[in-house]
Amino acid sequence: MSFLEISGLHKHYGPVAALAGVDLSVVSGSRTAIVGPSGCGKTTLLRLIAGFEAPDQGRITLDGEVLAKDGSAVPAHRRGIGVVAQDGALFPHLTIGDNIGFGMGRGEDKRAERIVELAYIVGLDKAILKRRPHQLSGGQQQRVALARAMAMKPRLMLLDEPFSALDTGLRASMRKAVAELLEAAGITTILVTHDQAEALSFASQVAVMRDGKFSQVGTPRELYLKPKDRMIAEFLGDAIILPAKISGGFAYSPLGRIAVDTPDSRDVVRIMLRPEQIALKRTSREGMSGTPDMLFGEVTESEFAGSMCTVAVRLLNSADPPDAAAIGNTPLILRKSGMDAPTVGEIVRLTVSGTAHVFA
Amino acid sequence: MFPTAIVVLQLLPLDGTGTASDLMQSAVDLARSGLPAGTGRRARRRAAPWLVIAALFVSLLALLPLAFIIWIAVQTGWETVSALVFRPRVGELLVNTVLLVLLAVPITVVLSVALAWLTERSDLPGARLWAWLCVAPLAIPAFVHSYAWITMVPRLHGLWAGVLVSVIAYFPFLYLPVSAALRRLDPALEDAAAALGLGPWRVFQRVVLPQLRLAICGGSLLVGLHLLAEYGLYVFIRFDTFTTAIVDQFQSTFNGPAANMLAGVLVSCCFVLLGLEVLVRGEERYARVGSGAARHQQRTPLGRATIPCLAVLVATTLLALGVPFVTIGGWLAAGGTAVWRFDEIGLALGQTLFLALAGALLATVAAMPMAWISIRAPGPLQRLLEGCNYIVGSLPGVVIALALVTITVRIAMPLYQTLFTILVAYTLMFLPRALVSLRASIAQAPVELERAASSLGRPPLQALWSTTIRLSAPGAAAGMALVALGIMNELTATQMLAPNGTRTLAMAFWSYSGEIDYASAAPYAFIMVAMSLPLTWLLYVQSKRMAGR
Repeated sequence: MSFLEISGLHKHYGPVAALAGVDLSVVSGSRTAIVGPSGCGKTTLLRLIAGFEAPDQGRITLDGEVLAKDGSAVPAHRRGIGVVAQDGALFPHLTIGDNIGFGMGRGEDKRAERIVELAYIVGLDKAILKRRPHQLSGGQQQRVALARAMAMKPRLMLLDEPFSALDTGLRASMRKAVAELLEAAGITTILVTHDQAEALSFASQVAVMRDGKFSQVGTPRELYLKPKDRMIAEFLGDAIILPAKISGGFAYSPLGRIAVDTPDSRDVVRIMLRPEQIALKRTSREGMSGTPDMLFGEVTESEFAGSMCTVAVRLLNSADPPDAAAIGNTPLILRKSGMDAPTVGEIVRLTVSGTAHVFA
Repeated sequence: MFPTAIVVLQLLPLDGTGTASDLMQSAVDLARSGLPAGTGRRARRRAAPWLVIAALFVSLLALLPLAFIIWIAVQTGWETVSALVFRPRVGELLVNTVLLVLLAVPITVVLSVALAWLTERSDLPGARLWAWLCVAPLAIPAFVHSYAWITMVPRLHGLWAGVLVSVIAYFPFLYLPVSAALRRLDPALEDAAAALGLGPWRVFQRVVLPQLRLAICGGSLLVGLHLLAEYGLYVFIRFDTFTTAIVDQFQSTFNGPAANMLAGVLVSCCFVLLGLEVLVRGEERYARVGSGAARHQQRTPLGRATIPCLAVLVATTLLALGVPFVTIGGWLAAGGTAVWRFDEIGLALGQTLFLALAGALLATVAAMPMAWISIRAPGPLQRLLEGCNYIVGSLPGVVIALALVTITVRIAMPLYQTLFTILVAYTLMFLPRALVSLRASIAQAPVELERAASSLGRPPLQALWSTTIRLSAPGAAAGMALVALGIMNELTATQMLAPNGTRTLAMAFWSYSGEIDYASAAPYAFIMVAMSLPLTWLLYVQSKRMAGR
């Protein structure tokens, strides 16, 4: 059942089209991430859903109720949609407790108890309630903003890059905590972010946005392994893109024969592999002889960075490539565990696991 | 009196590092004056002893008028003091003054907040032009406003006339900080409140208005202090306040204890205002929480309310600018070429410029040690000294002048009515303006440069000269311009202290209008306004830049 339904949404700022026809449907209780480079229109979309602005065209329905249609819109304060902004947007003139209770009626029953309860849910200590926003760390401010938005029992929660101001370690744990919390409360959530890892790990549905449109919508796995085009592929992670010829479910590429995800036959295509699909095994020049089917390479660069090591491998032999010369000189960039990464000059054997994705 | 020129400017940073409210706070705060710029712990160091001595000397000098009032009270004896203070006349003046403040300040607050919202946050046509027109009345000295009104409506007098002209003359003092604060508000907060279910009007009440509190408090204090200090405005419309009574008393009995005791009551009123502001303002600091640039604010569409809203602005502009311009223009036309007595005007202009520049220079030099210490070696002593300076800056000119008259007459007769004394008075009155500008610009000059100069072999004073002083020169110049403008439109202290034969533009204007020769006064009013207008433009631009636009 589709809970939030968006169709044909357009929004212009002067001559600039911020949204050029966006369609999206979100299932009740699910988590959706909208990811895209900055300036792609994702924040505009969020502001239209929240009701801070009205769309020029298109329609937004939430739980069967029309929120916006062709220029007219229900104002934000009548929508019952929670929003957590990038920096929390806490009211600096109110205490934390009053911030959390802001959306409740002043004389509401058990207001104080509910504030304490909400603080507890988002993992804040009771003692913090008397403090002011500027006395809190960034992570705490985000928790307060979340509690404040949850206090009014929203039908839908919008998160506008809420983790981007936090440091890396805190970011991952906050993301997990928020995801679990909203899941437990059964609140449908939309997250806007420019961080692909965040989008992939947070959501059950990911929409990649570019130039005011969704270029692809799907599950995180689908988007990561079967992106529609090269840009989506590279936006969502490192990608190795190779020229190949496909037939009978296999691709013939500089990396040899690789299983692909389509039964088509075509002569000139591009296939994509994720670097983690390529395994390296140490060997030597002597080990290369007499094994014509195997693929060998020489490590030309190795950059140690703690847990990970970035390795550049130049292919030494390559089986029947369509443009071998082109690929032969371009090293493959792979990320390997820092523990036993090969060093410069070493000879390695390359093996490919899984299937390659063929771009349409 | 505080002449119209622009104490507000001392509340606006000249370099964009601080915020209006920071400086507004420091301008009146005895206890803790917020530093305008990031001076980390690294910048802290001990000040050179000669600097401390110089700063101490200036601060003690600044305290002279206050000390003097206490000293006179002690010397006069309690019985005489109570006889002079607790009498019906003082009660009358107190009622007048309190009513004036109680009526004029709230009206000014409502008007300024409405104007600021309309020009900053609504889609009113021509908002930028209206914003500038709301600042422009500052160019007109308060007594010129009053002169214009009395010409237009000769029967105007009493409390309500006082309230009317005061609101018109002083609303920009509130408009400026409030509109700057409105511009700086993070629109994300208003979005957040809307998402939490608040309608537009309740968002304004619960989110916008509380954040304007600092600006409103600071601006109201400023307006209140001006109401207490103003002289010329109320003389025209025959409304008695403490300041007019002190000047009357001074003119009839010279420096008798009666004038001095009235001054004592007036100073107490100022302190009450200062204290009230501190109480109302509270401990709040409404800094924007979080990082990143704030999103652009959206302007509220006015729809059918556009015409009535425009009418409010048109009416305000007509009252605040139209009336003075029409009147001055009318008198100039009526007077023809006969009123342009160029020898006399030239002399007055020359004297005014000389006094203004000399006073500005002295005030800036006097402010330098204090400004340097407050940025480079802040501490409790510095805050105390700085607080003294600000408090004295908030005293009416008539009190400072009266103190200096009495001191010179009793102790140092040869200094009475000399250039020296009048320049000292100007320095005391306008030191805060110079101090704020200087402080902001010194904060811009990194201490590392001074150290580099020292390590390259310059002795301390030379190192200071070749780095910090050079770099803070633009700020100092801006501060000097402000002080000079203040002096140019100053009337009360100049009248009481200037050497015989002095006739500044304000004095000439005053004496002609005192003789009801309004046509002859018009050229002087015109010149004062014309010279002040560029400054209001500067103010307008500064307040825009401060908000990062």
